[in-house]
Amino acid sequence: MTVSELTRLTIADARARLRGRDVSAVELTEAYLEAIDAANPALNAYVAVTHDKARAMAAASDARLAAGEAGALEGIPLGIKDLFATEGVHTQAGSHILDSFLPRYESTVTANLWADGAVMLGKLNMDEFAMGSSNETSYYGPVKNPWRAKGSNLDLVPGGSSGGSASAVAAFLCAGATATDTGGSIRQPAAFTGTVGIKPTYGRCSRWGTVAFASSLDQAGPIARDVRDAAILLKSMASVDDKDTTSVDRPVPDYEAALGKSVKGMKIGVPKEYRLDGMPEEIEALWQKGIDWMRDAGAEIVDISLPHTKYALPAYYIVAPAEASSNLARYDGVRYGLREAGADITAMYEKTRAAGFGREVKRRVMIGTYVLSAGYYDAYYVRAQKVRTLIKRDFETVFADGVDAILTPATPSAAFGIADQDMAADPVKMYLNDIFTVTVNMAGLPGIAVPAGLDKSGLPLGLQLIGRPFEEETLFQAGHVIEQAAGRFSPERWW
Amino acid sequence: MSVDPDTVKRVARLARIAVTGEEAERMTGELNTILGFVEQLNEVDVTGVEPMTSVIPMTMKKRRDVVTDGDRAEDVVANAPASEEDFFLVPKVVE
Repeated sequence: MTVSELTRLTIADARARLRGRDVSAVELTEAYLEAIDAANPALNAYVAVTHDKARAMAAASDARLAAGEAGALEGIPLGIKDLFATEGVHTQAGSHILDSFLPRYESTVTANLWADGAVMLGKLNMDEFAMGSSNETSYYGPVKNPWRAKGSNLDLVPGGSSGGSASAVAAFLCAGATATDTGGSIRQPAAFTGTVGIKPTYGRCSRWGTVAFASSLDQAGPIARDVRDAAILLKSMASVDDKDTTSVDRPVPDYEAALGKSVKGMKIGVPKEYRLDGMPEEIEALWQKGIDWMRDAGAEIVDISLPHTKYALPAYYIVAPAEASSNLARYDGVRYGLREAGADITAMYEKTRAAGFGREVKRRVMIGTYVLSAGYYDAYYVRAQKVRTLIKRDFETVFADGVDAILTPATPSAAFGIADQDMAADPVKMYLNDIFTVTVNMAGLPGIAVPAGLDKSGLPLGLQLIGRPFEEETLFQAGHVIEQAAGRFSPERWW
Repeated sequence: MSVDPDTVKRVARLARIAVTGEEAERMTGELNTILGFVEQLNEVDVTGVEPMTSVIPMTMKKRRDVVTDGDRAEDVVANAPASEEDFFLVPKVVE
C-alpha cells in the first residue's frame, strides 16, 4: 500500500489489517512519519515529532501482534496534544514558560493508550495552556486548517485549543489524537475540520498528568476521523484513577458496541435558546437537517428550554480564569521551565511570568486574579458559581422529563481566517466561538461534535449532541446516525 | 464595575506579572471589555441558589494513609532552571 492509502485507513480498518498481518505496525508508522515530515512545515500541527520512539513502539507492537498478544490499539499511530505529560518527551502546553520541560512521569491518559499498544508519533500544537479558540495563542505559532474555502488560498484556523489535534487528524497526519476540552476545545476544532470529537462526562478521563487550566472544567477526549474511531479511542483513554480525586468510580463501557443500535423511540431535545439572532442561515439549515435525520431514524423530537443558556459564557469567563490564575501560580521560574533573572525573588517571578506567558494567558490570569481579589470574590466568583448551579439545573430538568440527548449546532460559524481582524480587536468576539459548547462544561456533561455537511464555500460544519452524565454510549449511538446520513468529509490536499 | 490602569498594575503585582505602563493601558481596555461582558450575570436572580462546588455528586475519594511514592529527589529537581544537591536555587530571600 502507498503512504496515502495507509494513512487513510481508519483506526477500525487499520486494527483489522494489523491483526490480519496484512499491514505491519512499522509500515503504518513509517507512512505517518513520512506524511508528517512532508506536511508539517505547511500545517504546523506538530510541535515535536518522536521518530525514534514511534519506530521502537511500532516494532514492539509487531512483536506483540506476532505473539498473539495484541492490545486494543496495538500498532495504531496517534498524535498527543502537548498538554499531556509524556515521560522524557516535549511537554510545554504550547507555552514559552515551560521551555525545555521534560516530564519524569507519564499522564494517566497516555499511559492507558500505550498499555493498549498505541504508538506515539509526537506532540501536537495547541493554544497556550489551552486558552484560545483558534490555535493562534500558541508560542509555536498558529496551526493551519487543512480545509480551504472553494477557490480561495486564504489560510484558515483549525479552531482551538486542540487545533493541532484536529488539523493532524483531518490531514491524515495521525490515525487519531488526544485532545482536551475546557469550554469547547475538542468540539469546536472538530467542527472546523470535519472530524469527530467527544468531550466525555467530567470525571470519565483522569486529569492526572494533564497540565491544568481550569480544574473543574477540564476533560480529556479524542478527536478522530469517524464516530467509531472516537468510540475506540475513548474506551482506552477513560479509566478509574486513584491519582485523580475527581475520577469517577464507574466501569468503562464498550462504547463501540453502541454503534448501529437503533435510535427508535429515543427522545431528542431541541433547545430554543440555541437559536441565536444573526446566526448564519446555513447553520440553521444544518440544524434542521440534523433534526430531520434523527426523526427519520425513529427518534422523537421535542422542543425544550434551557433558560440560563445565555449566561453560561459570561459565567465561564469568571470561573475558568479564576481557576487558571490559581493553577498557573506554579510557573514561578523555580521548579521548571523558563527563568528570567531579577534583582530579588519577586522581580524574578514577575520577569519570568512576563516573558513566559503570552498575551491571552496574561489576560486570563489577570481577570482571574481580579475576580478572586478581596471585595470582588462574592460579586463575581460566587455569583458565577451560583449561575452555574442554575445552568446545570436547566439540563437536569429536561433530562428528568425524559430527554435522552440534546441536538444543537456545534459552532456559530465555519472556520475563519488566521489573524482575523475583528477577533484580534475584541477578545469577547473570539470567546463567542464557544457559545454552544461551553454550557456542557459548566454542567459537566458529555458532548460530541459530528460533521454534518459543508457550507456554500465548501467548509465543514458540525452538529453537537449533549448527553446525560456518563451516557456517552447514547452520543455514539445518535452521532453514528448523523454520520450515516451526512456522509464523511475530507479536505482536498493543497499542502 | 470597571478597572483603571492603577488597578491593573495592582492586579498585575498580585499575579506576579511585570507590566509596563503601556501594557497596563492596553490591558485596561481589554479587561474592561471582558468585565463589561460578564456584567450581564447581574440580571440573574440567584436568591437561595447554592454556588456549585462539584458538577458530579460524589464524595471525595480518600486513599489509605500510606507512603505510595518518594525517594525521587533527583526527578523532582531534574527540570529546575537552577539546582544544587537536590535543592532548588533562588535569589537571596533573607538578608
